[in-house]
Amino acid sequence: MSVSTDPRWPSEHYLKEDWGLRGWLLTTDHKRIAWLYLVSITAFFFLGGLAALLIRLELITPPGDLVSADTYNRLFSLHGIVMVWFFLIPSIPATLGNFLLPMMLGARDLAFPRLNLLSWYVYTLGGLFTLAAVIGGGVDTGWTFYTPYSTLFSNSAVIAAVMGVFIVGFSSILTGLNFIVTTHKMRAPGLTWFRLPLFVWANYATSLIMVLATPVLSCVLMLISVERLFGIGIFDPALGGDPLLFQHLFWFYSHPAVYIMILPGMGVVSEIIACFSRKPVFGYQGMVISIMSIAVFGFVVWGHHMFVAGQSLYAGLMFSFFTFLVALPSAIKAFNWTATLYKARIIFSAPMIYALSFVGLFTIGGLTGIILASIAIDVHVHDTYFVTAHFHYIMVGGMVTSYLGGLHFWWPKLTGRMYSELWSKVAALALFIGFNLTFFPQFLLGYQGMPRRYHEYPADFELLNVMSTLGAGVLAIGYLLPLLYLSWSLRFGAVAGGNPWRATGLEWTVDSPPLKHNFPRTPRVTEPAYAYDPTAD
Amino acid sequence: MNDFRPYLLTWVALLALLGVIVAAAALFDGLLASMIVLAGALCMIALIITLFMGLRSAGGLLRVYATGGVLWLGFLIVLTLADYLTR
Amino acid sequence: MPTTPPPTESGRVADQFDDIDQQREANLFGMWLFLATELLLFGGVFAGFVVFRVIHGEAFAEAAGHLDLALGTLNTALLLTSGLTMALAEQLVNAARRRAALAMLLATLALGAAFLAIKAYEWHHEYMERLMPVLGLPFEYPGKHPQQAELFFNFYFALTGLHAFHMLVGLCILGVLAILTWRWRDPPRIARQVQISGLYWAFVDVLWVVVFTLLYLLRL
Repeated sequence: MSVSTDPRWPSEHYLKEDWGLRGWLLTTDHKRIAWLYLVSITAFFFLGGLAALLIRLELITPPGDLVSADTYNRLFSLHGIVMVWFFLIPSIPATLGNFLLPMMLGARDLAFPRLNLLSWYVYTLGGLFTLAAVIGGGVDTGWTFYTPYSTLFSNSAVIAAVMGVFIVGFSSILTGLNFIVTTHKMRAPGLTWFRLPLFVWANYATSLIMVLATPVLSCVLMLISVERLFGIGIFDPALGGDPLLFQHLFWFYSHPAVYIMILPGMGVVSEIIACFSRKPVFGYQGMVISIMSIAVFGFVVWGHHMFVAGQSLYAGLMFSFFTFLVALPSAIKAFNWTATLYKARIIFSAPMIYALSFVGLFTIGGLTGIILASIAIDVHVHDTYFVTAHFHYIMVGGMVTSYLGGLHFWWPKLTGRMYSELWSKVAALALFIGFNLTFFPQFLLGYQGMPRRYHEYPADFELLNVMSTLGAGVLAIGYLLPLLYLSWSLRFGAVAGGNPWRATGLEWTVDSPPLKHNFPRTPRVTEPAYAYDPTAD
Repeated sequence: MNDFRPYLLTWVALLALLGVIVAAAALFDGLLASMIVLAGALCMIALIITLFMGLRSAGGLLRVYATGGVLWLGFLIVLTLADYLTR
Repeated sequence: MPTTPPPTESGRVADQFDDIDQQREANLFGMWLFLATELLLFGGVFAGFVVFRVIHGEAFAEAAGHLDLALGTLNTALLLTSGLTMALAEQLVNAARRRAALAMLLATLALGAAFLAIKAYEWHHEYMERLMPVLGLPFEYPGKHPQQAELFFNFYFALTGLHAFHMLVGLCILGVLAILTWRWRDPPRIARQVQISGLYWAFVDVLWVVVFTLLYLLRL
């Protein structure tokens, strides 16, 4: 298994030299920056996961016995802030997207490599502020920073947390900007728009949302900061200001941000399903149109977060209607994945198990979203565990599952190594089982009326909460296992070779790990994406 | 100096428009003033973007994205107002 | 396989680009995209202002009357003129007329600095009039709707402050450009930098026209 004797191990590649601090911290190679992000977001993922673990441990018994109510508020706020902005938003785009987008386009790098590195530093700076908020006693506003609580009443480290999120927003703006310009300007000869892999389309659409929505988040966080720091309040009801205005501006970003947290996953899953079904993705153009319309429609539905907040009924009706419309492209995607699987000779590799989990969990998350989009039902279940379960089905069941699927799928490309097949399948199944055990009971809890964000509850809810906490334990195994065997594979994994999955796509045409500038010469594309032959062996 | 002509003319037009909208704001009141002010300001913005920033000679892609930015700001303002106007 | 550097016609094209055209287009496109994000960054405050301008129409119109229209107009004229000098600087750099270009850049810098000075004077004036509800300073408003007027002045300081910050950034960029033009090491590169920065400068003008219109001109 020695690397030096295996003919498939390339003599030149992007990881070979420059292993000093300089080679990493000043690199402009998109593949190395992807690694910087991978390490950083993994650290934040486990920080956010630790908060989740404490939350679940608290909820294993009805009385609030493990932590105080105040600490509990800080825990779920930390969990939300870290998971949303420091893990989910950058997860696939900044790691897999950063690594793969130029390769899938046949480019040598992103359009602005130094900007790409800058965006990682900005991310890190934002992360430091968030850690400072934790050290400074934590923040208790919830991840949404609702006014007037965050501006007039909260005595926690709001400013540090808000600054952290404000700063990290610019990191995602820069990444999005880089991706859009790269996709428009740096495609290889012959790589027309309708030959692009769906992963590229998904990251393009995500980038559009990042660029168009994130500035409004920056704006609204800035307004919170100036209200707290200088007393210039535009949300202060005493002056005729309106706290609901904060919610409008906040959700103008944060609802589209939900699509930042799912579209890249859809892209990953399309790649995996096509590869392990040995078939082209069913209805490619329909998939592209769905991706783009999800990105656009995602911008006009934000009011469904405010049905019971005091928004006008007519605005609620409009936002409800638009929300139902988003279900259409999402459903098209789910049906097309299933149609791709139809009569295919499916290979149940670890990435495929993740991808299939995604399709199921995303469908449940999406369908419960329709329930929540109905104003009358939302009045009943808003701010209950039903909502918590719904968005965890999208964000964990959807995004985290597909992120791990993508990581397993492209790991051989990132590292040139294979991981343990058995353990990876065990991990994928542990994730699926643990996830459902954790979050399905929460649908029931919410439907029975257990509200979010409380650290104690009536004894009637105990059984379901115990199930949920046990599920979280299984889920944790599903997260820790990949950390172990993937790290192990870095040194001891078998040499993967250029294309271990026999997949199509430009990234698979070169050695693993790839060269510093990706391609020995600029590739020329002559066929559509997913040119798999279902009849071939 | 011929290359500079369009810029100088734009500048003159901008200052003239500025005069018009300030005069309208100071002299008239009510709807008329607001209409003149908003129309004049939009003209000024259009002049700066097309001539000083060269959108006139830029490719279709830039125009699409420039329009997109304005459109998205429109989404934000119009849908938010939709709530306040129907409360 | 060795990493062969990409084919480039001149040494000035960055590694990732095929040719100078691709690089120029990418830079321009990137800058326009960035400006779209700037629009939406201000857009949140604009949207809030529009909402309250509609809800508290009378109070806001009255409060707008307490701003100094003459100074605001003068500032707008200064900024529009700086837009002209910046556009001319771009043309002059392209024509390799170094001294004239440098003069135009410095003129832009001076006009921008004058804008900020007048803005600071206005703020000082509002502070003296006790119309500056910042950091708990007293706010004594003579009109009918003191609370909503305070809201208006909160918007006023948020918007003009945000714009002034962008002006400061712009002045720093102009300073760097002036130094680069003075040294004149790599003219094509300076031309690109002036063009990109010119876009930013002009867009800060655009934002000011919106700010000026919303705050100063929509009065009774």
